[in-house]
Amino acid sequence: MGSTASTLSKIPDVETLMQETGFTPAHMVRLYDRFKALDKERKGHLCPQDFGAIKELAENPIGDRIVGAFFSQGQETLDFHSFVRILAHFRPVDKDRPRDPNVPEPINSRSNKLKFAFQLYDQDKDGKISRAELLQVLRAMLEMQVTEEQLESIADRTIQEADLDRDEAISFDEFRKSLEKVNIDHKMSIRFLR
Amino acid sequence: MLSLTLVLLVSAACEASTDLYVSETPLPPELVRSAVSPVPTPAGSPYTAEEYGHPGIALARSADEPASATDSGESSHHHGGGYKIVQWEWSYVQTPYIIAIWLLVASVAKILFHFSQRFTTVVPESCMLILLGLVLGGIVLMANKKQLYQLDPGLFFLFLLPTIVGDAGYFMPARLFFDNLGAILMYAVVGTLWNAFCTGFCLYGVKLAGVIDDKVEAGLMEFLLFGALISAVDPVAVLAVFEEVHVNEMLFIIVFGESLLNDAVTVVLYKVYISFVEVGPGNVQTADYFKGVASFLIVSIGGTLVGLIFAVILAFVTRFTKKVRIIEPLFVFLLVYLAYLTAELFSLSAILSMTFCGIGCNKYVEANISQKSRTTVKYTMKTLASIAETIIFIFLGISAVDKSKWAWDTGLISCTLIFIFVFRAIGVVGQTWVLNWFRLVPLDKIDQVVMSYGGLRGAVAFALVVLLDGEQVKAKDYFVATTIVVVFFTVMFQGLTIKPLVKWLKVPRSTNRKPTINEEIHERAFDHILTAVEDIAGLNGYHHWRDKWEQFDKNYLSKLLMRKSVYRKSELWEAYQKINIRDAISVIDQGGNVLTSARLSLPSMASRTSFPEVTNVTNYLRENGSGVCLDLQVIDTVPGAKMEEETEMHRALAGNLYKPRKRYQSHYSRHFMTVGEKEKQDREIFQRNMRTRLENFKSTRYKRHKKDRSQKKRKGSDAKEQESSDKPRRNVSWQDKDPVVVPVEFENEKNEQSEPEKDEDVGITFVARKAPETPKERPKSVPAALDVCQSPAIVPPSPTCGEKNLPWKSGVGTLPPCVSVEATKIIPIDLQQAWNQSISSLESLASPPVPLEPQHPRVSALSRLGGPPRPLSTGSVPAPPVTGQFQFPGGKDEEEESALSQQQQEIQPLMSSTRPPPPPPPLPAQPAGKRRNPCVYLRSLVTASPPGSEPHSRGPTQL
Repeated sequence: MGSTASTLSKIPDVETLMQETGFTPAHMVRLYDRFKALDKERKGHLCPQDFGAIKELAENPIGDRIVGAFFSQGQETLDFHSFVRILAHFRPVDKDRPRDPNVPEPINSRSNKLKFAFQLYDQDKDGKISRAELLQVLRAMLEMQVTEEQLESIADRTIQEADLDRDEAISFDEFRKSLEKVNIDHKMSIRFLR
Repeated sequence: MLSLTLVLLVSAACEASTDLYVSETPLPPELVRSAVSPVPTPAGSPYTAEEYGHPGIALARSADEPASATDSGESSHHHGGGYKIVQWEWSYVQTPYIIAIWLLVASVAKILFHFSQRFTTVVPESCMLILLGLVLGGIVLMANKKQLYQLDPGLFFLFLLPTIVGDAGYFMPARLFFDNLGAILMYAVVGTLWNAFCTGFCLYGVKLAGVIDDKVEAGLMEFLLFGALISAVDPVAVLAVFEEVHVNEMLFIIVFGESLLNDAVTVVLYKVYISFVEVGPGNVQTADYFKGVASFLIVSIGGTLVGLIFAVILAFVTRFTKKVRIIEPLFVFLLVYLAYLTAELFSLSAILSMTFCGIGCNKYVEANISQKSRTTVKYTMKTLASIAETIIFIFLGISAVDKSKWAWDTGLISCTLIFIFVFRAIGVVGQTWVLNWFRLVPLDKIDQVVMSYGGLRGAVAFALVVLLDGEQVKAKDYFVATTIVVVFFTVMFQGLTIKPLVKWLKVPRSTNRKPTINEEIHERAFDHILTAVEDIAGLNGYHHWRDKWEQFDKNYLSKLLMRKSVYRKSELWEAYQKINIRDAISVIDQGGNVLTSARLSLPSMASRTSFPEVTNVTNYLRENGSGVCLDLQVIDTVPGAKMEEETEMHRALAGNLYKPRKRYQSHYSRHFMTVGEKEKQDREIFQRNMRTRLENFKSTRYKRHKKDRSQKKRKGSDAKEQESSDKPRRNVSWQDKDPVVVPVEFENEKNEQSEPEKDEDVGITFVARKAPETPKERPKSVPAALDVCQSPAIVPPSPTCGEKNLPWKSGVGTLPPCVSVEATKIIPIDLQQAWNQSISSLESLASPPVPLEPQHPRVSALSRLGGPPRPLSTGSVPAPPVTGQFQFPGGKDEEEESALSQQQQEIQPLMSSTRPPPPPPPLPAQPAGKRRNPCVYLRSLVTASPPGSEPHSRGPTQL
């Protein structure tokens, strides 16, 4: 894999990135190739339009939100490091590695995965999923299949179920609690090819 | 072997088995007696005797001495020739009788096992059934010196196995199955091949080494054949054992999926080796091996395809069963079974075919068929599968007690046991190691131990080995004996110990928890997120393809295979409703009241807060459990606060309580179910809504403070109501069943009305016109357009029947505007079509549909018959507000209030009783008032109405 090494050398600061994200060199090369493929104009960074070129993403009901999640607030560009860091959320949790309390939580920890999902709902970044925000997501996901009334009753019910402090919105803690029994490590992980 | 049986029995001494044993022991003498000499048996015992008696002997008996049987009957008998009053027809009923008795024995056995809770938690049912089979087999053997029953391969493969596989396939959790399909296929194909070859070769090696006795005449091919049939993990055994162990879903689906999908491998290996054995090992050419491989591909892929084709057919057929709901379940059973038989027909893998048929059709069929059919399918399948499983295990036990099968070779048996266990373990570990490279969720050591240990062998292996040709395979008897021992060992020993093992290893158990709505939503979101991320990262991984499939399914398959009405429904919405219904049921289970507590526990339904006052009164009454009865017969002529209260109560109850239900409806149609209670209630709710809507409309005329949002919301709910109208609103949550006010404009109503409710629609279209004279003629003068677009009629309170007839109740009460609807409603279901047609034909005429407008039946009936035999005549009863002694403050206020309004003056109620007694109405008086009719005499009046007076033929009243 000589090409691996040569590609790796092109990536700036690759060691720390790998350390941080837990990706293997093979992953890094693969992702770098992908990054370059997306970056058609060779600007060295990605902008939302580049994601628009992925045609499957256009079919995804919440695709735009996910793309939005790649760009931190106010920023229009995405460099390779951020790109990898975001994708690292979806790396499966490695069970073997013992948890070192001193090391900060890895990006792919359960709560980081949940945070990523949470911010997709919470578009105004006030730390809460309001009824309107939930409705938007539901509307996107269910498309034309249900009436507005049905959407609203689903949303009402959802909020009511998760809402512990009765503020008619779902905070992150409530969000996490409502998904307590779900194996997030399984459901929010992708097998990255080695 | 018999002594072994007894030893086993004694060693497993427990309540159930000893119970059974004791209960069975008295039988043999009788058996012998009845079998050897056909003496008449005592009246009580013939059943038990027949159960075990040899059919042939019984037949002979019935032929020779039919009269002897009559002794057992109690009827008088005339001996001699000529006509016999009672005849012994054993030969006629023999086969079904024996089958039925066996089913009964199996079922009763199940009951007995579950008497002891503590015991059944330790010992799996399958073990107990095998033990019972051994006992029964022993009894039969002692009685007949020959085993009569055994697990017949034909019976097993054609009837017993399909019921189990059909159930398993149809209720297979599809998502979980496909999530783990890679692992399942790996274990099913590679694992089974590995087991088969290793076991076969090693047994041959051991034979060469001399461990196995020389009496076992078997060469390499025979051992490979034996290895093939003994190596497949058995779905029946796995299901029976794992169902009680409750390991986590992933582990279960991998082991169980493997046991189903390995069928193709087993079938092909079995057939290939049999043909090799037939031609002799020396004549096998290289090409034959390739044929074997090709055969495997054809058998597996062909089987799968046959299954999928039948799945498509089945789903497509159920699209059109709306009118024949009653045979919906039959389609499911038939086509799933046909998938199995067709695969057998082409000697493809039948299990594979049936499994994929079940998995494939489930989603569409469940969406298409009615709720009742779903329940029927579910319970019938479960019942059949359960009884088939029971029979299989009992017969496995019985089959073991057979002298012809006792070709014991310790070397062969012990080697086989060791090999299958060792190779299973090695195979699992090796494959898991490979799989874990690719799996997102790696299988850890504990999983591997459970999977190795859970490799149970069962009835499939037994049936296959029994099918062997004794001429070709010299060592058949040894193989049969070995198979029996292996099956018993795995089912009994491993089945018994797997539970403690799982506990000891702390294998994650499955939680029998239903997902919450939050989980449903978020997991869907996760799926979308993962798909998007895979797309962004450029990985065409699992989620990518799953999403592709879902798109395809949504765009093409579902459109083709689902009814239009259900296609539009979202799964999430279904899930939501399921959760709601579950909640409602749990509320009721806890003794709550849906009307009240559902609202209390779901405060988030804030948009529904504006319940009408009346509903709250009802709720209040219900909550307090006040003993208010509808029938306020007590005549209290002293007007006062109490009276007022009572009257109000009466009205509230009469208007808001649901009809008392007839528990048992007599209906004689075999092909249609009568309209269910639920449907009736739905209509009632609909009527209620209409009425409250009208009331609301009235009130909004005065105060226009209605909240827009709630209005919009209700509009939606109404739409939904109609949407689900073709099914009896099974999806509607309980909250919706509250008599919610639905202040929707009539035009909306009209436009959104869906077909099935047309009749009701017509019924409702009664428009009160400005105080005309004869109600009969008036409607005809109303243009149709007006009817449709007119704002709802305002119906001022008019007395309910009770009020009218009880002297102290007059001048108050609301005549519900839904009376006409009720009249429509009473049309028997099989006449409704004719009814609709006549209505539509009427509509096509120039005259508006209003003529159908029924007179308030009670009024008409009363008027026709000259008023009730009460102090007050009909004419004077309703005498508006102020009729001195019968006036109630409350009623008066209401009347006055309405009198104030201009509309009120303009639009007189259609059925306003101020009118002179009307002539016979266009429609016969229907027993519309039965809901709040406390006066029995009215019924006779109603039914006495002349049938010829109506323009349309109507069915008999339901009274």
